[in-house]
Amino acid sequence: MLHLLTILIFLPLIGGLLILFFKKGNPNAIKIAGIALSTVTLIVSLIVYVGFDASNPGMQFTHKTVWISSFDISYSVGIDGMSLLLVMLTTFLTPIAMLSSWNSIEKRVKEFTIMMLLLETGIIGVFCSLDLFLFYIFWEAMLIPMYFLIGIWGGENRIYAAIKFFVYTMFGSLLMLIAILWLGYYASMQPGGQFTTDLLQLYTVGPTIPFAIQMWMFLAFTLSFAIKVPLFPFHTWLPDAHVEAPTAGSVILAGVLLKMGTYGLLRFCLPLFPQSSVKFGPYIAALAVVGVIYGALVSMVQTDMKKLVAYSSVSHLGFVVLGIFSFTEEGIQGSMIQMVNHGLSTGALFLIVGMIYDRRHTRMISEFGGLAKVMPLMSTFFMIVSLSSIGLPGLNGFIGEFLILLGAFRSTFLSQWYSMLAATGVILAAVYLLWMYQRVIFGKVTNPANQSLQDISTREIVVLVPIVLFIVWIGVYPGTFLQQSSTTTRHIVSVVQSQRAHDVALIPAPK
Amino acid sequence: MYSLTPYIVLFPLIGFLINGLFGKKLNSEKLSGIIGSGTIGISFVFAALIFFNMLGQPSEERSHIVSIFNWIAAGSFSADVAYQVDQLSILMTLVVTGVGFLIHVYSIGYMHGDAGFWRFFSYLNLFIFMMLNLVLANNFLLMFLGWEGVGLCSFLLIGFWHDQKFDTGGYQPGSAMTTDAAKKAFIVNRIGDFGFLIAMFLIFNLFGSLKFDDVFSRASSLAALGDTAIFWVTLLLFLGATGKSAQIPLFIWLPDAMAGPTPVSALIHAATMVTAGVYMVARCSILYALAPATMEIVAVVGAATAFFAATMGLVQNDIKKVLAYSTVSQLGYMFLALGVGSFTAGIFHVMTHAFFKALLFLGAGSVIHALHEQDIQKMGGLKSAMPTTYKTFLIAALAIAGIPPLSGFFSKDEILFRAFSQGSTVLWLVAWVTAGLTAFYMFRLVLLTFEGDLRWSHEKHPHESPKVMTVPLLVLAALSVIGGFIGIPSSLGGENAIERWLEPVFQRAESQLALTQGVSYLTEYVLMALSVVAGVAGIALARRMYLQKDRALIQPKGAFYKLLWNKYYVDEVYDAAIVAPMVKGSEKLLWRGFDVAIIDGIVNGVAKLIGLLSDQLRKIQVGVAQTYALAFVIGIIVVLGILVFR
Repeated sequence: MLHLLTILIFLPLIGGLLILFFKKGNPNAIKIAGIALSTVTLIVSLIVYVGFDASNPGMQFTHKTVWISSFDISYSVGIDGMSLLLVMLTTFLTPIAMLSSWNSIEKRVKEFTIMMLLLETGIIGVFCSLDLFLFYIFWEAMLIPMYFLIGIWGGENRIYAAIKFFVYTMFGSLLMLIAILWLGYYASMQPGGQFTTDLLQLYTVGPTIPFAIQMWMFLAFTLSFAIKVPLFPFHTWLPDAHVEAPTAGSVILAGVLLKMGTYGLLRFCLPLFPQSSVKFGPYIAALAVVGVIYGALVSMVQTDMKKLVAYSSVSHLGFVVLGIFSFTEEGIQGSMIQMVNHGLSTGALFLIVGMIYDRRHTRMISEFGGLAKVMPLMSTFFMIVSLSSIGLPGLNGFIGEFLILLGAFRSTFLSQWYSMLAATGVILAAVYLLWMYQRVIFGKVTNPANQSLQDISTREIVVLVPIVLFIVWIGVYPGTFLQQSSTTTRHIVSVVQSQRAHDVALIPAPK
Repeated sequence: MYSLTPYIVLFPLIGFLINGLFGKKLNSEKLSGIIGSGTIGISFVFAALIFFNMLGQPSEERSHIVSIFNWIAAGSFSADVAYQVDQLSILMTLVVTGVGFLIHVYSIGYMHGDAGFWRFFSYLNLFIFMMLNLVLANNFLLMFLGWEGVGLCSFLLIGFWHDQKFDTGGYQPGSAMTTDAAKKAFIVNRIGDFGFLIAMFLIFNLFGSLKFDDVFSRASSLAALGDTAIFWVTLLLFLGATGKSAQIPLFIWLPDAMAGPTPVSALIHAATMVTAGVYMVARCSILYALAPATMEIVAVVGAATAFFAATMGLVQNDIKKVLAYSTVSQLGYMFLALGVGSFTAGIFHVMTHAFFKALLFLGAGSVIHALHEQDIQKMGGLKSAMPTTYKTFLIAALAIAGIPPLSGFFSKDEILFRAFSQGSTVLWLVAWVTAGLTAFYMFRLVLLTFEGDLRWSHEKHPHESPKVMTVPLLVLAALSVIGGFIGIPSSLGGENAIERWLEPVFQRAESQLALTQGVSYLTEYVLMALSVVAGVAGIALARRMYLQKDRALIQPKGAFYKLLWNKYYVDEVYDAAIVAPMVKGSEKLLWRGFDVAIIDGIVNGVAKLIGLLSDQLRKIQVGVAQTYALAFVIGIIVVLGILVFR
């Protein structure tokens, strides 16, 4: 079990370096190597999963090596229930995404494979970092391969989308960097303290920072994460990035990258700045609710399937943020499982849209109709995945949405209206997804270009089946996954709740 | 014996999986049909075994809970997959699996030759599985799983022939597809489900549990009569019921749902799924008993729906549409019963209605199967060609018209009587008029379809359907005749077995309501006679209007007729008031106007602004050393100045 997390983080990177030595002329060997490497990474993550003790509230598999001793910056990694689920999601989706692009990536296969692996290292690193500086490095590092994935293998308008994605996220993270430095500096101002970026130490410092200062740090962190999520109204980079990104890029982008934002809120904003979280929570939750409804309405009227799915992410991630700022166990548990759910269902939606795109080189809804006739198997998968995204009970999406809405409804920090308004998003999800499904899949084949489309291949089935299995598993027996994060959730909630108790105690008792 | 319960639910699931996963490979109608119907048959046998076992037990020992596993647990919330077998749920289970089995068998004949035969059976099986979860659930969340699950199956089956056009009979003339109807059904139901969802949150807040036992046993101690929270809970649940059971204001999806294959209309949109709302309200009887305001709303909505749907049914020409409006209307009766506090009468009517309405739909299907036509103006004189279909259809029509001693008479009469004795004279009057209307439109349908001229092309040679279709008709006809005998009121010397059977389930609600039975047998007899009169009058009027040759096709013209023909323009109003503004507003205002122009405009604008400023800034960098030096000196002077003068 020696440094298992370190192996997990850097395995894809080392694999990527190895692939550098592969010959360009043999793209299949490179593809196989890439898939094999990410599968090995998946196996390593399974070892971590098996060894993980869900009842332990602390960080596990920790490993710490001093990096820059004068600033107390260290290479420090570890996971708890929340990071575990997201790491598993990452290692699960990466080989799937790579297998899905077997035929759709034709140019620069080698670079593509390397970029995917680098991306995986960056993401796993983000989820495992227990040092803010290290976290920041991974957070920024992961931007680079994503930038290239969009910029090189993307659609027509790829350069615009890639730069927008990069600059927008960068803008947010710079503010976060300032906040990180400020936080470390603040720690050094404490009696006997010194500059540090060690998260576990800062957990004790953060809540003691006076609100007037804490507030700015909180807002800097939150803005950075809100852009990543993306929270309304910081979402406009997302449709552009998705529409231009290659399928594999979209899968990882929607499946995992967006969760870095919601993960950040849970990992940093709530425990480091509980007072600010409580103060600003209702406002952020309000933006989340607006995002739920707004994303759904805008999604409904899209003409491009990929854009439709992209806007639906704004809606779905709104649910996640609402759950987080309910500060209830139900809500946060719902958010955690919903992060996984969204990764599965939206990932699968992008995969399917990609499969259609591979055949027709268009994603315009109006180009299609009657695909059930020519691609029955694909249509079945599409239906299951849509239903999962709609939140049909028995499939995964319902579990997350139900717990989030229940948590928000019961929250003592939010009015019940938040939950009730957000629940209309459940109706709207049925509208935009079923309407798209109807226009693309049902009816007669009216466009001759669709007449002779091939149904999905064995490779494509292999890509979709594991996702569908988890969609059903989480829907029927979510306990497997909920229990992994329950201890972590309880801990986060208790930190915020104790802050509220503290706040109440500060109010002088009436005499 | 109760340990058999999970198998009742399990077998339809197995049928669904076999047909769904391997049906195409099996490529055998015979196998798919046998698996599809057989699994439901087994479920029915198991349910019957449990039922007979219950009969032998004292009434207080008849309720059992069978837990399977813990479904969701987070924080203080927990919900199980657990089934509750009691007098009410076993009755519903028997109806669902029994009528369901007959309709499955019928479908073997009806769907013969369809390319999606196996798919059809897998969807039907999935439907039964979901419906059983709905009626057997021991908590609201599992009920909700079934609730949304049956909605999904309804969606899949309405749009089963997804490339077919569908006549909406008014709006979107000529362009609507069956999938439009399917989508409409799903979305309208989701609006109702929204109510159900919020109601669950409220219930969990109040009781800390979603288990029926926990909630109902503590309801009267935790909440006072007329409690606001309970009012909202019951009203929101009722919103869910108006969606699923097609009541005002959400009834609009059911007539369109006729786009589905006819066995689907019989099973889902007549006998079982649409009664889920009635079942749910009856299940929550104690909550409703604590919310008299909601009870009144339920009664009024039920009576109003019964009446308005019947008036729309008067003028329809599509055989299935008439039946659809009739279903909406009959469901209204059931809610009227619930609203006046007679939960038993509501459930009794659910049962008898399941028999005769399923029979009517299957009979209609038999006609459609023979004639490939749904317009009753192009039918007529079919009784000699299709004797079994005709006779069974006639029995069902008499039953729904409330002619004694058929089943519909007893259940409908019970509702009318309760509406009078526990409700108000107005409610009774509306229901009574509706009874007359019902008899009229049903016999208009019977006469135009089976009697009079032959108005179909002579190239068609309609003949009686195969045995696999007529046997279910005969069984349902028998049930339509005798089904009412379990509810013969004491005034007619009966024992009202169903009332005694269900008594323990509704005990809490009834003691809360404390209804006084201050009505004499004489009043009961008068009411009974009046309702028979209404039925007979309706039939007589229909015969007078439609049995004469030349009058068969007369369509009265006039504003009122036009209003009915266009179904009070409800679809058009919803479209203009909700759907169109939402779609147009989202596209023009939210997306193109706000998202692209304003939000993204600001984002790109900031980027552009920085670009422009940088351009200006670049001009400073002129590359002339003297300019730099000058700026340098000015800078030093300014800094020194600040330091000196501060």
